[in-house]
Amino acid sequence: MRFEEGMLEKEIRVGNPLGLHARPAAKFVKLSQKLNSEVYLEKEGERVNGKSILEIMMLAAEQGDLVKLIVDGEDEEKGIEILGSFLAGKDET
Amino acid sequence: MKLKGIPVSPGVAIGDAFVLKSEVISVPAYRISESKVPQEVKKFFDAILSTKRELRKIQERVAADLGGTYPEIFSAHLLFLDDPMLVEGTVELIEKEKWNAEKSFDTVVKKVLHSFSSIPDEYLRGRALDLKDVARRVLKNLLGKGEESLSDLKRKAIVISYDLSPSQTASLDRDRVLAFATDVGGRSSHTAIMARALAIPAVVGLGDISSKVKSGDLVIVDGNKGVVFVNPASETLKSYTRKKRRMVYLQKVLSQLKDLPAETLDGHRVKLMANIELPKEVENLANYGGEGVGLFRTEFLFLNREVLPSEEEQFEVYHYVASKVYPEPVVIRTLDLGGDKFASPLEIPKEINPFMGWRAIRFCLARRDIFLAQLKAILRAGKKGNVKLMYPMISSINELRQANHFLQEAKEILQKEGKDFSRDIEVGVMIETPSAAIISDFLADEVAFFSVGTNDLIQYAMAADRGNEKIAHLYQPAHPAILRLLKHIIDTGHSMGIPVAMCGEMAGDIHYTQLLLGMGLDQFSMGPVAIPQVKQVIRSVTYKETKELVEKVLKCSTQEEVKKILEKANQPFLKFFRRDGR
Repeated sequence: MRFEEGMLEKEIRVGNPLGLHARPAAKFVKLSQKLNSEVYLEKEGERVNGKSILEIMMLAAEQGDLVKLIVDGEDEEKGIEILGSFLAGKDET
Repeated sequence: MKLKGIPVSPGVAIGDAFVLKSEVISVPAYRISESKVPQEVKKFFDAILSTKRELRKIQERVAADLGGTYPEIFSAHLLFLDDPMLVEGTVELIEKEKWNAEKSFDTVVKKVLHSFSSIPDEYLRGRALDLKDVARRVLKNLLGKGEESLSDLKRKAIVISYDLSPSQTASLDRDRVLAFATDVGGRSSHTAIMARALAIPAVVGLGDISSKVKSGDLVIVDGNKGVVFVNPASETLKSYTRKKRRMVYLQKVLSQLKDLPAETLDGHRVKLMANIELPKEVENLANYGGEGVGLFRTEFLFLNREVLPSEEEQFEVYHYVASKVYPEPVVIRTLDLGGDKFASPLEIPKEINPFMGWRAIRFCLARRDIFLAQLKAILRAGKKGNVKLMYPMISSINELRQANHFLQEAKEILQKEGKDFSRDIEVGVMIETPSAAIISDFLADEVAFFSVGTNDLIQYAMAADRGNEKIAHLYQPAHPAILRLLKHIIDTGHSMGIPVAMCGEMAGDIHYTQLLLGMGLDQFSMGPVAIPQVKQVIRSVTYKETKELVEKVLKCSTQEEVKKILEKANQPFLKFFRRDGR
């Protein structure tokens, strides 16, 4: 278990026109599942597990929504970089 | 009992019903002892694993059948099975509450579905259905009931259900399905597209057929007329059996024509091509004797899915079709969405008068992103195959020029990206609005070919929606106004030196084959199954006599007179094909 101080967080506006729906949500989860860190997403104070597609879909984040990405663990720097740019990007594949 | 629905895939089938009910699974609930916990957890993980295996199998099958992004529907399903909320949530209930695995899993799933339902979002509602689908499979595996589905189909039968999900159709044994009949659905529903691709007769939108029919009932599905008979009267059965036998016989006779040219007795040669909507359909083209694809509808790529297809995905599909028919051509029509087609990620608003609304080229010109991606994919496919490009619903020169402007831009982008593409792809237009027909001389100046879309052309010219029962009789291919329009389009094309094709239903209707032949139509494009019959007609007449026929009908002032003359000319064929009731 890591301590609060060790984690990284970043506020990001969702860039994908589809929001964190459908394939973008699936892709996000696939990316976060590859990490050896805990991943969370927060929107309007609600925090969900970044490795759960169901929880992320329930967040219902739309394009332009502000979300907080939290990565906590051994590869948190790599994680915040990869997931952060994915969230901000417009990747539609 | 006779039920009326929407015909979505032609053909007639007679056979026993196989009713697919979405049975209710009763979930047992009991407490387990502490010592049984590890065993119960293992049971749960085993069920998850078996479900994953099932889904992967289905995914492979769908990939082989349909290609494209259909398999992706199941990727989300698979992710659900790895979801911590579901998996850890269930294990936690087993460990802490000592509930059995079934009850624990069911509780967690219900909780998730409940939170889904509190979010007012169309997309999530769809995912809730997916989750239910997956949860069912897991429960079935937990209960040791094995894989749900149509794999229970042991004998040839007509499959009847409320609707068919992609995972259900995927698990079907193709060789055993004689026809589909469903309560709901439309022309672009999954069942419909699947049925057409597999050349299985289908009628959808039948109301409540799945509750009216029992497995084992004798059923007739008429995919031409959109009717289904349940336990039919012996007269009906007899007449359909005769019809069916005749069809089988004809198919055999006509299949001998497949390698012969579509040429009249006096040596006038035309081209018979296929209309397709799924890439898979090109595989059977040779059996029908189709000379390439005269209309490749691209809508399927955009329907029944969540995300727009990428340029790459489209390229692969176009390239596949082009390579299969090479050296024959494939005419790819750019996106023709709108009108009666929806259920796509494009979120086209519903309109009061969709056929005259924001659709086809009008939509594409407004959606640069979508149009450019498609044009780029087509241009790239053109590098290796004999690919032609066609715009739908053109009603003015400006639209054509705008579309070509996008085409030019697509070429420039491809050039910059260093990708291979066809620099001199042939571009044609569909003539399906009366305005396009009237200015066809101007259009001919700027395109390489015409393709007449009679379905829309007739309904626009007659101002009659053929889907509307009260006025469907006004939709008349034999109306003198339509004949003049057709003659005008073909003559104009020829005088401007470009070929004229037809890809509407009229092209595959043997009642009009002689007429169109006599007018000088160069290419007939139709559903592949119609090709042999049309070829038979063409090979039995002289070009000279069909030209005389045209002269005669053009003098008629009413459709009744036209029909009478055509009927007489067609008599020998109609008798041969014995096509009742049309």
